[in-house]
Amino acid sequence: MEPINILTSKAVPLPFPNIDTDQIIPKQFLKRIERTGYGEFLFFDWRYDVDTPDIVKERPDFVLNKPEYKGAQILIAEKNFGCGSSREHAAWAINQYGFRAVIAPTFADIFFSNAGKNGIILVRLSEEDVQTLLERSTKNPDHELTINLEAQTVTDEEGFHATFEIDPFRKYCLLNGLDDIGLTLRHKDDLDKFEQKHDKDVWTAPKAS
Amino acid sequence: MSTAPKTLFEKVWEQHVVVEPAGEPTILYIDLHLVHEVTSPQAFDGLRLAGRKIHRPDRHITTVDHNVPTTSAYDRLHIVDQISAAQVNALRKNCAEFGVEFFDVQDASQGIVHMIGPELGATKPGMTIVCGDSHTSTHGAFGALAFGIGTSEVEHVMATQTLPQSKPRTFRITVDGELPFGVTAKDIILDIIGKIGTDGATGYAVEYAGSAIRSLSMEGRMTICNMSIEAGARAGMIAPDETTFAYLMGRRFSPTGKAWDEAIAHWKTLPTDEGAVFDRELHIDAATLAPAVTWGTSPGMHATIDGTVPLLADAKTEADRKSFERAYEYMDLKPGTPMEQIAINTVFLGSCTNGRIEDLRAAAKVIKGHHIAAKVRAMVVPGSQAVKRQAEAEGLDEIFKTAGFEWREPGCSMCLGMNPDILQPGERCASTSNRNFEGRQGRGGRTHLVSPEMAAAAAITGHFTDIRKWKQQEGEQR
Ligand code: SF4
Repeated sequence: MEPINILTSKAVPLPFPNIDTDQIIPKQFLKRIERTGYGEFLFFDWRYDVDTPDIVKERPDFVLNKPEYKGAQILIAEKNFGCGSSREHAAWAINQYGFRAVIAPTFADIFFSNAGKNGIILVRLSEEDVQTLLERSTKNPDHELTINLEAQTVTDEEGFHATFEIDPFRKYCLLNGLDDIGLTLRHKDDLDKFEQKHDKDVWTAPKAS
Repeated sequence: MSTAPKTLFEKVWEQHVVVEPAGEPTILYIDLHLVHEVTSPQAFDGLRLAGRKIHRPDRHITTVDHNVPTTSAYDRLHIVDQISAAQVNALRKNCAEFGVEFFDVQDASQGIVHMIGPELGATKPGMTIVCGDSHTSTHGAFGALAFGIGTSEVEHVMATQTLPQSKPRTFRITVDGELPFGVTAKDIILDIIGKIGTDGATGYAVEYAGSAIRSLSMEGRMTICNMSIEAGARAGMIAPDETTFAYLMGRRFSPTGKAWDEAIAHWKTLPTDEGAVFDRELHIDAATLAPAVTWGTSPGMHATIDGTVPLLADAKTEADRKSFERAYEYMDLKPGTPMEQIAINTVFLGSCTNGRIEDLRAAAKVIKGHHIAAKVRAMVVPGSQAVKRQAEAEGLDEIFKTAGFEWREPGCSMCLGMNPDILQPGERCASTSNRNFEGRQGRGGRTHLVSPEMAAAAAITGHFTDIRKWKQQEGEQR
């Protein structure tokens, strides 16, 4: 996972609530066994028309297809972003498309955790602030935002300034690009001790007989 | 540990804390990790790349469900879609290489991952259970703490049998009273989601309590916990009781003899203590409930069968208004349309929400002596091999087939359409599954979530039909 701190970029506005992971990456792309190559399928059903399985056409009116938003690294959406299926493919697709941050009033739990493990900053702002940013990015596709993870702020050149909350440990991992498994294995002794005791309790065993 | 009254959730949580490092998430021990083909290949790869093993293969159970064809035993062994076949083969190879138990397509224990855990007796009260699948919340019906995780976490559990977790808050939803005639577990949970919203329980572990919940079978309890995630909950739980113990007794992985007695003694300590405090509470009077049908593209968008597609004016917020407008268009429905007038052309009976034996029995009872409407295509996909066998032993398959239903092999099937069972654009489906998202059952497909009884009645009449009147017409007593 790549460390991240300050991100300045234009932003793609997606002004809908409850954007679920089925929309972020539809099921047909979940059959792949690789961990990369999902960016091109991000929001597939919104992005493309499929006349026959072989003829895929971009929908010019969908925001990701508009040339003026190409290269944006920030996505802005409404509440409960990432709800539904636990598929981490959604976080992979967002990341591999080139987004490093998503701004929304709220995020669904599992997506929240998946995003963190893929170096994506999730910024929770008030409904009001999100509306302001959505409007600015809709009106002016070149409108740039700066997310400062260390300072926990979102700013723009028109005077927008908001702070956001983030769990200190998650922040530390994002800033340093840390791998979770390695972090947990620092507690190997505690784990061994726990297992010795826990294994004696028959009701904890999936296969008791 | 303190002696203050505790909730079921708190007890299970505390019993699984490995360590609570200062300023970091708690490291929580995971008793059972369920694995399926879709969310695991990249995790196995990750282990291989790092030269890691599975820390506790004995705490893993694996099966194939999402991708498998349901048409015939032959088709399952010879998957035509090469990408699906590659994913299933990857799991076979990974399980052999890493030494974990695997229930392959034709194994007598194969089925949807959330069906087989309970059926095998692997899912038990007081355990922590995870799976790379959001509907892992199903297992909470046994008083386990069970939740869905992403693939990085799948790898983490494989490598360490733990997960770093922040503690969710607690939320008790109490449903008291007697369920009215024709109202099922599915209708309870749809009502709850409608009341609190699809993000209403985000950040919470929900406990379902009250006499209406207690009166449910394990199957009904699983239906409720299954859809907790549809309200955004981290987990849904129901305290174990005699119904739970009776279900578990004698199952393949259940304890026996002295160990069984010890387990029961422990399980009886789990229910929430008198006086324990929840961060949030909701009370529902069962008598107010009615059969539910979703009309929109999120499980919270539902009406009762005697209601109508809501008007734009019914939207409470600006965000809701936008969702309503989008949903009318996607679902091709006009505001104000009575639910009973909505005609369907497909019926899907199955999934980890309602693919259990009790669901099949309930639906069979409705259709017995009838035939599905012209132009309706209806299929039954039992959730597991065990359910399929049981149903066939009871002759339910014959009732379905005589009524014009297709009788399929077990798997996820049209719940998400990763295998060939999908809706065509514009098709309208009465589905017993859990998600009516755009394109969930096939691009352009329109999904209405209902109970098995309501799906069965719709199959016969060709449109949504009030099961309460149906049962009266049939002269049935409950
Ligand atoms: S039946 Fe549907 S919800 Fe359940 S595990 Fe399969 S795909 Fe997921």
